[in-house]
Amino acid sequence: MDMDLITNILFAAVRTGTPLLLVAIGELICERAGVLNLGQEGMMLMGAVLGFIAALTTGSIVTGFVVAALAGVLMSLLFGFLALTLSTNQYATGLALAIFGGGLSAFIGQPFVGKPVDGLHAIVIPYLSDIPLIGKALFAQDGMVYLSFILVPALAWMLKNSRPGLIIRAAGESPDSLHALGHRVMMVRYLAVMFGGAMAGLAGGYLSLAYTPMWNEGMTAGRGWIALALVVFAGWQLGRLMLGAYLFGLASILHLVFQGLGFDISPSLLAMMPYVATILVLVVLSRSRDNPALQAPAAIGKPWRPVH
Amino acid sequence: MTPLLEVRHITKEYPGCRANDRVNLCIDMGEIHALLGENGAGKSTLMKIIYGVVQPDEGELLWRGMPVNIKGPAHARQLGIGMVFQHFSLFDTLSVLENILLSLPAHEARDRLRVLRQLDDMGKRYGMHLDPHRPVSTLSTGERQRVELIRALLNEPQLLILDEPTSVLTPQECEGLFASLRKLAADGCSILFISHKLQEVKDLCQRATILRGGCVVDELDPRETDIDTMAARMVGSGTATHATTRPGVQGEAAISVHHLTLPGFSSHEVGVRDVSFTAYKGEILGIAGVAGNGQACMLRALSGEQLSQSDDVRIGARGIGRLNPAQRRKLGMAVVPEDRLGRGAVPDMTLVENALLTAADQGLVKKGVIQHGALRDWTSQLCKLFKVKTAGIDAQARSLSGGNLQKFIIGREVLQQPAVLVASHPTWGVDIGSAVAIREALLTLRDQGCAVIILSEDLDELFEISDRMTALCHGQLAPIKARQDTSVEEVGRWMGGDFSDTPPAAESSAIAAATAAHSDLPQENRHAQA
Repeated sequence: MDMDLITNILFAAVRTGTPLLLVAIGELICERAGVLNLGQEGMMLMGAVLGFIAALTTGSIVTGFVVAALAGVLMSLLFGFLALTLSTNQYATGLALAIFGGGLSAFIGQPFVGKPVDGLHAIVIPYLSDIPLIGKALFAQDGMVYLSFILVPALAWMLKNSRPGLIIRAAGESPDSLHALGHRVMMVRYLAVMFGGAMAGLAGGYLSLAYTPMWNEGMTAGRGWIALALVVFAGWQLGRLMLGAYLFGLASILHLVFQGLGFDISPSLLAMMPYVATILVLVVLSRSRDNPALQAPAAIGKPWRPVH
Repeated sequence: MTPLLEVRHITKEYPGCRANDRVNLCIDMGEIHALLGENGAGKSTLMKIIYGVVQPDEGELLWRGMPVNIKGPAHARQLGIGMVFQHFSLFDTLSVLENILLSLPAHEARDRLRVLRQLDDMGKRYGMHLDPHRPVSTLSTGERQRVELIRALLNEPQLLILDEPTSVLTPQECEGLFASLRKLAADGCSILFISHKLQEVKDLCQRATILRGGCVVDELDPRETDIDTMAARMVGSGTATHATTRPGVQGEAAISVHHLTLPGFSSHEVGVRDVSFTAYKGEILGIAGVAGNGQACMLRALSGEQLSQSDDVRIGARGIGRLNPAQRRKLGMAVVPEDRLGRGAVPDMTLVENALLTAADQGLVKKGVIQHGALRDWTSQLCKLFKVKTAGIDAQARSLSGGNLQKFIIGREVLQQPAVLVASHPTWGVDIGSAVAIREALLTLRDQGCAVIILSEDLDELFEISDRMTALCHGQLAPIKARQDTSVEEVGRWMGGDFSDTPPAAESSAIAAATAAHSDLPQENRHAQA
C-alpha cells in the first residue's frame, strides 16, 4: 500500500468516525448524569432531516447545523419530560423515541429524498495538513470534525476538574445525596439530556450535510445504536470513546478498501466488520473490571424524583 | 441565657401514625444534648424537622430566640445547623475532596487549595485525619463518617445533629468520635446526639430528652441517672429491658463440627483452625469473639456458603459438609447472617417476597406455583407474631428500621421450626425493645427443642441467653463451658486468645489486646452492614 492510500484511509476513518463520536459524546455526558437515553437513533434522524431541509431552503449550511441541533434538543426534551418529569421507564421511553424519530423523519423527509445540497466544506490548515500520514486526517477536515477535536479534551477536563463536571458525575452516582446537598438534580439531568440531544442532532446533521450531503430515510444506519454500545465499552471515558469511534471509522473504510481490492469475501460479512471490530476491541479494553474508573454510573437508568 | 434552639409543641402526623406529638426540646449553646428513644419513637422525624427536610404540622422553632420557619436543608445550613445522617450521603466513586467540594457553595469550592488547607487544619484540631485524594469507596465506615462530619463542620455550624452516629462504628472508632465531639463542644458548637445506646449517652451528654411514641416522656441529666432508669423511661413501664433468663434442657446432639479447618475468603480474613464442637437440641451455644476472628468463615461453613469435607460438619450422623445452603435448609438448618440488608434480606424486595425466599417449603409453593394467598397470610402472621412494625407486608425490606427487619428475619426462620438455628450478631444495632423480643424468640425456639448457635461480640447478651459458652479467637475455639461454670472474665480471656484454665493477673487487658489487634478487621464486617 502506498503512502497516499494510507493517508486517505486515515482521513476517511476520522471523517467516518465523527458522526458516531458526536452522538456518543452526548450520550456519554447524559449517562454520566445518570440518564440512559436509548433514543439516539431517533434524535439523529430528526437532526439529519430537519437540518437538511433548513440548509436546502435557506441555502446556509450553518443554519442547517443549528436547526439540526435544535431538532435534537426538542426530541430530547420530549424524552426528558417523559423520563425525568414523569419518571417513566428510561429504557422504554428511549426505545419509543428511537422508533418515533425514525418514522417522523421519514414522513417529513419524503419530498426531499435525493435532492442535493452543497455540503460542508473542509477547512484545510496550511502546513499542518502537509504532515505525512496524519496531516490530512487531522488538519484537512471540516469544522464539525474540529469541533469534536475540541469537545473531547474539553469535556474530559470538565468532568474531571470542574464543579459542573463534579455535579454531573454526582448526579449519576447518587442523585439522592446530591439533592440532600441542595443541588438541583432535575436541572442537571435535563441539561445533560438536552446536551445529548444537541449532539445527536449535530451528528445527524453531519451525515446529511457533510458526510453524504443528501437526505435518505434511515440514513443513520444504526450509528445511534452503536454509539450506545460504544459508551459502555469505552467505560464512560471520553478518550476511549474517541478511540472507539475512529476504530469504527477505520473498519468501515477498510471494508470499502477491501472490496475495491477485490478480496473474495462476502460483502455482507465485510459490512459487519466495523461493528464487530469496534465492539471486539472495546470489549477487550473494558475487561479490567476492577478499575473503578471504568464502572457504570451507579444511578444510571433509574428514575429519580425528589422526596419530601 | 437564650437557648440556641427551642422546639415548641411540634406535631407531625403521617398517615396512620403521629410521629411527633407536641414535642418540646431546648438546646443550649455548647451543650451536648442527647435525643433518646427506641426505633419509631419519633427521633428521626424531629431531627428532620429541625434540619428542614420535613415541615411540621403544628408548633414552632425558635433559633436564638427568634421564630424561624426552616424551609429546607439549605436554609438550615445557612442558619448554622449541620447534620450527619445515619446513612451517609457520600459519592463512592468520588474522592474525599470531591465529596467535600460538592457540599460547599460554588464560590468557596473554587479555591481547592484553601479547602485542602482547611481540611488539614480540621484534621489536626479535631483528630480527624483523612487523605483528601482517596476515593470514598476505599474508606472504612469510620472514615466515611469523618468525611460526613468534616463536610458538616466546614459550614461552621452552631448546632450539629448526629443521627445514631455510633451504630456503624467499632468501639475504638467511637472513642475517636467522642473525643472529636467533646473538642467541638468546647469550641462552642452545640451537638444534638441521637441514640438509643445508653452507655454512650451517659459518657458523652450533659442533657437527655427521651422520646417515646412521639411524645417527650422525660428530660434528665444522663450523668446522674443510672442506665436501667433511662432504659425504663425509654421503653416504657411494663416493658422488659431484659429477656427472662431460664435454663434449657439439653437433648441429643443436633449438629456437630469435627476438626474443621478452612481458609478465609481473602488474605485479610481469618479462617477457622481445627474447630470441633457439638450443639445439642434444646440448648443455646454462645460463641463469643471479636468480629474478624473467624466468625464469618464459621458462619459460612455452617450455612453451606463455604463447603468443607463432608464429615467435617454433621447433622446427626450425616455429613453435610458438601451440601449447599438449600440442601442444608431441607435438613432443618436455618441461618441468620449478621448482614441484614443484602444477605438476610433482599433490600428492594417486599417482605412478602423476602418471606418466600427461605420459607417456600412451608406450603407456600405448590408444584412450582407460588400460593399467593397462603404466602401473604404467612407473612402477615409473621409480622404480627414478631411485632414487626411496617407500613404493610408489601413494604420493601430496606424501608424497615434495623430492629424491625431483624425481627422479621429471625421470625421468618423461627416460624419454620428449624432443628438448628445459627445466628450471627442477632441484636447488633437493634434497639432495646426489639433486642429483648429477639432474645425471647430465640429462647422460645430453644425450649421447643431447637439447637441454637449464636455468634456474638455482646457478652451481656450471650450471658443472658446462652446455656453453654465458648469463644473464637484467631480462628480457634476456646473450651466449651456451661454458663454457670464460667464468668465474663474467663470468656473475655478466651476472646483474647488465652484458653488456659488458670486466670492470669491482668484479665481485662487480654480483651483490650484482642480488640486492638483486630481493630482493622471488624470494620470490614461492619462495612458490609452499613
